[in-house]
Amino acid sequence: MTIRVKYFASLRESFGRGEDSLEIGSDPVTVSELWDRLTGRKQAMPDNVLTAINMEYVKPDTQVKDGDEVAFFPPVTGGKL
Amino acid sequence: MKVEIKTAKFDPWQEIKSYQEQMQKEGLFGAMASFVGSMRDFNDGDKVTAMELEHYPGMTEKHLEGICKEAGNKWELVDVLVLHRVGKIKVGDPIVLVCVWSAHRAAAFDACRFIMEDLKSKAPFWKQETLEQGKRWVEKNTQG
Repeated sequence: MTIRVKYFASLRESFGRGEDSLEIGSDPVTVSELWDRLTGRKQAMPDNVLTAINMEYVKPDTQVKDGDEVAFFPPVTGGKL
Repeated sequence: MKVEIKTAKFDPWQEIKSYQEQMQKEGLFGAMASFVGSMRDFNDGDKVTAMELEHYPGMTEKHLEGICKEAGNKWELVDVLVLHRVGKIKVGDPIVLVCVWSAHRAAAFDACRFIMEDLKSKAPFWKQETLEQGKRWVEKNTQG
């Protein structure tokens, strides 16, 4: 299946890119397992990383489906006011 | 209801005026509460000279529309306007406008606060400050 992955803010900078397109097998994969593949299991997903599938917040144990857009991002700050 | 991400500086007072005129709901509302957030030149004890706001195009709008609909379920509202800047922002520039019209004041005040607090804690925006000693991402919220 094909998964589109997006990174934002400080995560975009640490990944060195804003998005990826991944071809993965048909075995079930969760969002946090996707993170492990993307980082080569070098670093567990930090607890404060937020995850979304198709622009809706999801928990990291949610399974991804073919064609999904998965996003990883740091804690949000709508601009301190 | 209108939710819009602004990539250039906007005038909140002009936006309220023109939106209220075009919504054509005179007589339906007896109250309007608004909140305008602008850029400060200090944060966490440091002088901030500029900042850049990033968002997730598509998800940010969808999330803000969801917040407004949720407010509309909790209170009886006549209309809601939410504008939020992204991109390079200068000290003093307006960043966010939340404006709520309702029949009576309580719903307008309460819904305006509710939308603003949800926006601050859950809407996908990220802020990078430029300080005298370099740039930093802000990953926590200040208290209201």
